[in-house]
Amino acid sequence: MNHREEMCIGKTADISYQGCDGDRITTSSRRSFLGLLLGAGAAGLGALLSVPLFRFLLHPLLTATSSSSWKEVGSVEDLASVTSPVKKLVKIEQRDGWRKIVSEKALYVCKDATGRLCAFSSVCPHLGCSIAWHDEKSNFLCPCHNGQFTADGKLLGGPPPRGMDQLEIKIEDGLLMVHYQNFRQLVRHKEVIA
Amino acid sequence: MAENSYVFGRERRLAPPPSEQGTLHRWIDYRKHVDSFLRAVLDEAIPGGASLAYVFGSGLLYLLLSQVITGMFLVLYYVPSADHAHTTVAYITKEVTSGSFIRSIHAYGSSAIVIVLLLHVTQTFLFGSYKGRRKLLWLAGCALFALMLGMSFTGYLLPWDQKAYFATTVGTNILTYIPFVGNSLKSLLRGGTEMGTLTLSRFFVLHVFLIPAFIFAFVAIHVFMFRKAGPAGPVQGEPETLKQSTEPFYPKQVLYDLIFAVLIIAGLGLLAHYAPVELGPKANPADTQYVPRPEWYYIPVFQWLKYWESGLAVLGILVIPAFVALLFVALPFLDRRPERRPWKRPVSVSIYGFVFIALGALGAISHRHDLRDPSIAPQLRKQRADVETFMKKPFEPELAGPSLIAATVALTNPVAGKGKKVFDQEGCAECHGEDLTGTSAAPTLIGVGDKRDSAKLESILKQPTDAMTDGGMTPVELNEEDLKNLIAFLKALK
Repeated sequence: MNHREEMCIGKTADISYQGCDGDRITTSSRRSFLGLLLGAGAAGLGALLSVPLFRFLLHPLLTATSSSSWKEVGSVEDLASVTSPVKKLVKIEQRDGWRKIVSEKALYVCKDATGRLCAFSSVCPHLGCSIAWHDEKSNFLCPCHNGQFTADGKLLGGPPPRGMDQLEIKIEDGLLMVHYQNFRQLVRHKEVIA
Repeated sequence: MAENSYVFGRERRLAPPPSEQGTLHRWIDYRKHVDSFLRAVLDEAIPGGASLAYVFGSGLLYLLLSQVITGMFLVLYYVPSADHAHTTVAYITKEVTSGSFIRSIHAYGSSAIVIVLLLHVTQTFLFGSYKGRRKLLWLAGCALFALMLGMSFTGYLLPWDQKAYFATTVGTNILTYIPFVGNSLKSLLRGGTEMGTLTLSRFFVLHVFLIPAFIFAFVAIHVFMFRKAGPAGPVQGEPETLKQSTEPFYPKQVLYDLIFAVLIIAGLGLLAHYAPVELGPKANPADTQYVPRPEWYYIPVFQWLKYWESGLAVLGILVIPAFVALLFVALPFLDRRPERRPWKRPVSVSIYGFVFIALGALGAISHRHDLRDPSIAPQLRKQRADVETFMKKPFEPELAGPSLIAATVALTNPVAGKGKKVFDQEGCAECHGEDLTGTSAAPTLIGVGDKRDSAKLESILKQPTDAMTDGGMTPVELNEEDLKNLIAFLKALK
């Protein structure tokens, strides 16, 4: 193969420089068309092959991690005397990939305006820090970005987009049960996430 | 070669004078380098033209890429520890979306590499392409062969199932045949005298970091030397006719290589989809019945080992294989005639053929033996059934942390949950520990459900043994239901 032929392989654009004859130009454009076809074929094949890889990668995002069930918080009798919010812990069994873990989640048991028991998640609806009750100030305060909430979970001030997330409760055999859930951060309205 | 080599700067001659060069030009100039690089790659001259016989090298390159990518993805979920390896591989196989498929592509990929590698070596051998200036190219290829065998050996252990554990136990024990340093080498590889979690860590590091690094280096050397020497071309033909029929690598050879790659993809894909790789039950070192078998391409060597009894073992297991390997590596130095036509090289071709036929025969004997030996066949059948049973069971997640065992038991088993309350009310935790792992006053209760049956538990709860009484255990006085619940809780503590 001589120098001139070498330079004619590939793109037709280069050929004008080299002054190849017409015959060669046809060959070259056929070649670049073949190149395009091969490139497209290889790209298509690559895309097809990456489908299982993407599904593999995204697996944890497409499966629920925690089971939602009712957890016991304490006896209604003991909780009847609460005047300010009290922190309680519930144990939630969770799937953590290939593990089964039991994690403790904090919540606050309060009384609403009508004196009925209610429960709030301690996770801040802003960016997920843990909200703490401050007795001396009589309000909830998120230590990260100064989100403030009233004793019944309403937003007082700060960056959070909504008040504290209220959890479903029920009373069974004199025990307060709570349905612990996680909620999406940074949205105005409470939205459950798995 | 000289007429076909490219000077990367050549195309600059076509560029406008420097005064006109701007940012755009620099960008184009950069592209020009890409162009000339592509040309250097694609326009490689193949004497005698493109051929289907030349597809194996690029097929191996494709398979290597596939192994790297699937391997990288598998590590997303794999944990190299004796505690978790099996669980995580089971998780990949049974639960993760496409997990079984990707694991199968990776596992079958290793077999595919062996097959294509043998084809590649055979083609190189028959074409006499190792001769002349290609000696170093052959040596780099031999290094890659050895590294690949190392990859499959180290990868075999990682799932930590029965097969992996016992095959690797035997495989590493072979090292003890090496005089003087054998035992030390074995311990070094295992990270101790016994197989354990440190062995797994070492094999993981070898499989994922060390050997791949060497493979990349040797692939680079191998490809570089190949381009330096140029393709060998057909075994016969006049230099003039060969020159006339010379074709560039692109497009015909590229097309052939792509067709081969597509065949590999289709083969692996169908196999992985319709016959996914299985996982056996977790390694149980206490199993005395297990009959380990290595991966299929090690079977001939495995069979070979059976023929050597203690006295001569060193000869059969070390000296002869080492001699054959050396013969193989030294091939270009032993066979120095320029003759490339295989029918004119009867001695080397016969030896090569004999080694392969012998390996095939050994494999066949081993297979026949496994099918017919009354002491082996039923056990192998049982092992296959065990694997199938395990594969049918749904994935069982691992319980995290002993401290949470009590809580988990209580959450998953309602009766045991009531028992946990009795346990708390009776103040058992004061001595046995909040997390049941025991205190200085009393032993752990984790595993008590495995050691004693319900009747025994009931009797020692009502009437503690002397040793228990000495430690401060008092008889438990409970109503029947509470006692039943408490026992259910203790039974659940496995």
